[in-house]
Amino acid sequence: MQELIIDVLLVAVVLAAAFFLVSADRGKNDMTKKQKTMLKRILIASALLLGLQLLSDSLFVWLDAHLFPSAGRWGRFALYLADYFIIGHDILRKAARGVMNRRVFDENFLMAVATVGAMVLAVSSNGDYFEAIAVMLFYQIGEWFQSYAVGKSRRSISELMDIRPDHANIERDGRLEQVDPDEVEVGSIIIVQPGEKVPIDGVIREGRSTLNTSALTGESLPREIGPGDEIISGCINMTGVLKIETTKEFGASTVSKILDLVENASSKKSRSENFISKFAKIYTPIVCYSALALALLPPLVRALGMGLAPEWGVWIYRALTFLIISCPCALVISIPLSFFAGIGGASQAGVLVKGSNYLETLSKVRTVVFDKTGTLTQGVFEVNDIHHSELEREQLLEYAALAESASSHPISKSLQRACGKTLDRSRVTDIREISGNGVVAHVDGLEVAAGNDKLMRTLGIPYKDCHSTGTIIHMAVGGQYAGHIVISDIIKPSASEAIRALKKAGVEQTVMLTGDTRKVAEQVAEELGLDGVYSELLPADKVAKVEELLDQKNGRSKLAFVGDGINDAPVLSRADIGIAMGAMGSDAAIEAADVVLMDDDPMKIAKAIRISRKCLGIVYQNIALALGIKFVCLLLGAVGEVNMYMAIFADVGVMILAVLNAIRCLFVKDL
Amino acid sequence: MKKTYRIEVDCANCANLMEDAVCKLPGVQTATVNFMTQKMSVTFSEGQEPGAVMEHVLSACKKIEPDCEIFL
Repeated sequence: MQELIIDVLLVAVVLAAAFFLVSADRGKNDMTKKQKTMLKRILIASALLLGLQLLSDSLFVWLDAHLFPSAGRWGRFALYLADYFIIGHDILRKAARGVMNRRVFDENFLMAVATVGAMVLAVSSNGDYFEAIAVMLFYQIGEWFQSYAVGKSRRSISELMDIRPDHANIERDGRLEQVDPDEVEVGSIIIVQPGEKVPIDGVIREGRSTLNTSALTGESLPREIGPGDEIISGCINMTGVLKIETTKEFGASTVSKILDLVENASSKKSRSENFISKFAKIYTPIVCYSALALALLPPLVRALGMGLAPEWGVWIYRALTFLIISCPCALVISIPLSFFAGIGGASQAGVLVKGSNYLETLSKVRTVVFDKTGTLTQGVFEVNDIHHSELEREQLLEYAALAESASSHPISKSLQRACGKTLDRSRVTDIREISGNGVVAHVDGLEVAAGNDKLMRTLGIPYKDCHSTGTIIHMAVGGQYAGHIVISDIIKPSASEAIRALKKAGVEQTVMLTGDTRKVAEQVAEELGLDGVYSELLPADKVAKVEELLDQKNGRSKLAFVGDGINDAPVLSRADIGIAMGAMGSDAAIEAADVVLMDDDPMKIAKAIRISRKCLGIVYQNIALALGIKFVCLLLGAVGEVNMYMAIFADVGVMILAVLNAIRCLFVKDL
Repeated sequence: MKKTYRIEVDCANCANLMEDAVCKLPGVQTATVNFMTQKMSVTFSEGQEPGAVMEHVLSACKKIEPDCEIFL
C-alpha cells in the first residue's frame, strides 16, 4: 500500500516538475537558475527511481546466474547509488564542507547522515535502497518548494512596497530627457506624465491632475491638485501632465525616506525571531546527540542489561528517522516571513512599521495616549456656531470676514473660509486693529467691531456670555450688539469611531494629553469617550505624564503614544511605542516614531493594532504548529511508530503549511 | 562607513549564521543580513578599505552556504 502511494506521488512529482520546467522555459514563471537546475535534478532522479522500481527483481537474479555471483546485487546497488548521487550530491558535499568548517550540526548534515545510514543498512541486507533515495528526493522537493515559495512571496511583497521611481523627466532644448532622479538638483523643473510616479518632492508650477496616493497612504480615493500645491514623491500622477519645481534632493524626498525605512524594517528583529534563531542554534546539536543516544543506548541496554538481542539495525533506523524529523526549517523560515509579510501588508494599508520588534510591541498595546491637536482634532480652526445673531448668519459672517480681511491670523482665515465668498476688500475702510482685543472697521460705511469681550467692554456695548467652548468672537454692527461667533478646533470626523475601534481591539485605556484649556479638553474627551484627560500641559509635562502612565500600567502590557510629530518627538520616543500620524513629508515624525501612519485618519491606529495582532497570532500558530508536530513525531519516531517516509512528510509538510500560513499576514485589507 | 550589498542566500537560517559570522570579522563593526530583501548591510570600522574587508566577508559566507552570492 505504502509503496503504491509513493509510486503515485513519484509520478505526480515527475509530471509537476516537467510542467514547471516547460512553463519556465516559456518564461511564464520566474525561477532562478539554481531553482531550474534543482528542478531538473528532481525530475531526472524521480523518473529514474520510478524506472528502477518497475524493473523486476528477476532481472537481477538472472544477472546473478549468468554473469558472476552477486553481479545482480551490486548492479542494482550501482544503479540506485547513481540515482542517490543525482539527487543528493550537493547535500553530501555541503555536509562534508560543514564538518570541515566545524559547523557540524546543520540540516544538510542531518539529511546526509540519515540517508547514508539508510543506504548502508540497505546494502548490508541487499534490501530497500528506495527509502533512502525517496527521503532525499522529498527533502529536496521540500527545499525547492521552500525556496520557490519564499522567493515568490518575497518578490511580490517587495513589489507591493516598491514605490521607487525609475527616472525623472527633465526638459532640455524642448525635448524630454529621462535622467536618474539622483542627478536632479533642487529647484529644477521636472515633468511628470500621466501614469508615472512622482520621483521627487516639490511644488506644482503648471498643470492640474488627480493623484493616486494609495501606495503611500492606503487611501484609494484620488486627490485633486493644481498649481501652487505641494506634491510628494511616490504618488502616481493619473490624468494630466505636471510641471514640478523640486524642493528636495531625491535622497531627502519622501519616497527615499520611506524606502529606506521599509527596507531596514525587517532587519530589526523581534523577540520571537531572536528566540527562534537562538532555539535553532541549541536545538540541532541536542537532536543530534539524542539521535546518537537513541542509536547506541537501547541496544547496549538490551544486550548487556536485559540479555536480549541488541537489534542494532532497528535502533539505528529509528535514530535516522529521528534526525529527519528534527530539521528546524519550518520555524526558521516561517517566522521572519510572517513578520515581513505583516510589515508589507501594513505598508499597503498606509501604516509603516519600522521593525518586526515594533510590530510585536504594537500587538501588546493596552494603553493609548493621544495628543489632541492634529491627532484627534484637525488642528485647524473652524467656525462652529453663531449665537444670538440679530442678522442673517451669512450676513454676520460676511461682516466678520470683511472686518478681519487684513489679518492673516488663523482665526480670521477660518472666518474667511466659513464665509465662502470672494471678498471685495474695497468695501472695507478704516481698519483699526486693537491688539489683543479685535478689529474695528467700516464695512459699506457701517461700523463693524469684531473681537473678544474686552473689545465690547472698551466700546461700551453690552454683550452676552457664551457657554460653548472655543474662541468667541463678539460682533457689533453700527454700535449694536449682533451676536457672537464660536470658533473651535474641530474633532476629526472619524475620531470617535476610532476610539470605539480601539476599545474593540482590546485597548483598555485611552488618555488625551493637551496644552489646551481644561474646558476645551474635557469637552473633547467627553465627546470622544476617552477614559482620561490631562490639560494645560507644557511639552515637558507631557513626557512626565507619559512616564507616570508607564509606571501605572501593569507589567507586560504596552503603552503607545500617538502624536502628529510636531514638537512631541520626545514623548514619541519615551513611550513603549511611538505612533506618528499624518507624517507624509514630516521628517521629524518619521525619525522619532516607531510606527508611522501615512495619513491623518485616527482609524488607522486600531487597524495597525489589528494587523499586528493578526501577524503575531500567525507567528505563534506557526511556532506551536511546527514545534508541536515535531515533538509528537520525534516521540513516535523514538518508539518506532514513524518510518522515514512519514518523517520526511512531517518535515516538508509542516514547512509548507507554515509558509502558506505566514503568507496570510499579507492580507490585511479587511481588518 | 556603511554599505549595502545585494546578496543571494537560500535559507533563512544560513542568513542568520552569515550575519553572526560577518559581525565577528576584523574590520567589520556591525553587519545585518536581511533575508527577506536579500540585502546585506555592513558597517566598516574606521579606516578600513571596504573592498578588502568584503573579500573576507565573502569567503566567510561561502563557508556557511557554499552557493551564496554577494554582488559587490
